[in-house]
Amino acid sequence: MLKIKDLYAGREGKDILQGINLEVKAGEVHAIMGPNGSGKSTLASVVAGKEEYEVSRGYITFENQDISELDPEERAHKGIFLSFQYPVEIPGVSVTNFIKTAINETRKAHKMDDMPATDMLKMIKEKADMLEIDRKFLSRSLNEGFSGGEKKRNEIFQMAMLEPKLAILDETDSGLDIDALKVVANGVNKLRSADNAVVVITHYQRLLDYIVPDFVHVLMNGKIVKSGGKELAYELEEKGYDWIKEELV
Amino acid sequence: MSFKDKLLSSYIALEDYLEFDSPLHDVRNNAIKIFEEKGFPTKKEEAWKYTSLNSLLKTDYSILSNKERNVELKNVRKYFLQEIDTYKLVFVDGVYNSFLSETTHDSLDVCLMSAALNKSKYKQIIETYFNKAAKSDSLTALNTAFTKEGAYIHIPAHKEVEKPIEIINFSTGNEAAMFLQPRNLIVVGENAHVQIIERHQSLSSNEVLTNSVTEIFAEKRAYVDYYKIQTDEATASLIDNTYISQQRDTVCRVHTFSFGGNLVRNNLNFYQNGENCDSTLKGITILEGKQHVDHNTLVHHIAPNCESHQDYKGLFAESSTGVFNGKIVVEKDAQKTDAFQQNNNILIDDKATINAKPQLEIFADDVKCSHGCTIGQFDEDALFYLRSRGIGLKEARALLMYAFANTVLESVKIPELKVRINKLIANKIGVSLGFEL
Repeated sequence: MLKIKDLYAGREGKDILQGINLEVKAGEVHAIMGPNGSGKSTLASVVAGKEEYEVSRGYITFENQDISELDPEERAHKGIFLSFQYPVEIPGVSVTNFIKTAINETRKAHKMDDMPATDMLKMIKEKADMLEIDRKFLSRSLNEGFSGGEKKRNEIFQMAMLEPKLAILDETDSGLDIDALKVVANGVNKLRSADNAVVVITHYQRLLDYIVPDFVHVLMNGKIVKSGGKELAYELEEKGYDWIKEELV
Repeated sequence: MSFKDKLLSSYIALEDYLEFDSPLHDVRNNAIKIFEEKGFPTKKEEAWKYTSLNSLLKTDYSILSNKERNVELKNVRKYFLQEIDTYKLVFVDGVYNSFLSETTHDSLDVCLMSAALNKSKYKQIIETYFNKAAKSDSLTALNTAFTKEGAYIHIPAHKEVEKPIEIINFSTGNEAAMFLQPRNLIVVGENAHVQIIERHQSLSSNEVLTNSVTEIFAEKRAYVDYYKIQTDEATASLIDNTYISQQRDTVCRVHTFSFGGNLVRNNLNFYQNGENCDSTLKGITILEGKQHVDHNTLVHHIAPNCESHQDYKGLFAESSTGVFNGKIVVEKDAQKTDAFQQNNNILIDDKATINAKPQLEIFADDVKCSHGCTIGQFDEDALFYLRSRGIGLKEARALLMYAFANTVLESVKIPELKVRINKLIANKIGVSLGFEL
């Protein structure tokens, strides 16, 4: 589904990613772990198409099509979703209106008519219930005054509504208490299928107890330096990252 | 002959058929003297540093038009707030149009300045209020000298006006270029409530310059909710001089929506003469092309325990220019004043300009005054967030514009007007979202 080949990317002429190779197939869950500043969020932003980042070498393909030059919205229309580490506050635009706009813009890109209002409401209700989101929450301005946990839950709600093929969860666990973490993880698990894939970016192994990865990759200095199964996450939790650095030397 | 000279000689002609023995005549004479002395303001004056009238004053405007122009309702209906029932005062090329208007004298006066000036039963009111709040700057004086027509609204004490009043000034373009000077007097009695919507609308692409003066008097506990819709043609310019005199326990709110016109200058002045006054001044300005809008606000805190809230949002595209000059004066006696001023601007294109200048003059020692002014571009992170959800660049920008303007829009108290302004914004930014805020 997603193939990243020898990717060098960064901003202002400086490459943060230094030759990433990664393949994510449908039905898989990958975890990307690594210390602060290793390039985890950059990788997420580059895949989602943030314009301030430039790819200087290598390429990214999604379903066998090179997406390196596509706009963020075009990537979204293809089914790539990024759950933000820091979701942006948009005053005056309710969660419901925002998600309606996002869905209908995506449908428009696929030459489909707007989703009928009744279907939309039904879907909103269903997904909100799944994530234990209060109905009142949906009429609030997007992310404005939301707690850290509410923001992250709202990200997963959007993911549930947009039904992406590839979801990248950037530090979705930060700011969540254990109960919220379970709800969010449970939501993600319910959305998993043989046709979609999830990339979980995290500092800690905690979230991986609930969203169990098939593969764990360690990102350091812009490179994937080690890959393994879910047991690698436990090893990192226990021993930190230093032993990998030593291994590399 | 300069436009100033043309005005001065027209005044002499006008004098011939004006009320000679009325005290008003002295008021006019004093006013024309002020104008003669000061002339049109120039960029040398601090308050006009960023707005030049020069290019407007080169035009040879027609000054006095007495011909009644016919305007068909079907052509202008869209400029009315047609979704709801309203009182209407409609002027066409400065002349009252009875066919398009809906006035009343039942328990309140929604009628004409000319009637108020000429009928003896209004003598007392005119002597008490006319030109009493207006400053004697040259443009206001020019309007005073030529005062002829406009809205006269008098809401008696304890009267809650059940429907909004629209004051609409059309110009037809029957003259190649027209100079209009509407004069409005609004007296809101004790504990009375009123909502007013004002707009100036050119119906052709001929040049129009309007120098409007509105005086509003809010007697104690009165509530005044005033909306200015400035969406005129690109060949129409407006100088709006509004003076609001508040007595104790009054609430006065003015919202100004500036999306159209060539050059617009808003001189909006609030005077808090009694305790516990509450003043709100809000505006959304969205400009493009070579449009220029200058908001020049004054809140004069004279009495103690009053509040003022200012919130102006500006979005400037292409080579448009904006000015925000917000002055707050807190007199020595105005203790416990709570004055707040906010002005946020987004420059959409490199050639757009905003000149923002907050001014605070505080002579009292126990007050809370704050102001914030920002000038920036669109938040790239916010744009990326929206686009990553499949929302295209144009729509994402539109959403951010709505979000930006929302703090002003949300306080519009007439729902149909809010819908209307939403549409005007959508129209202006060329994107219609599938919902209203």
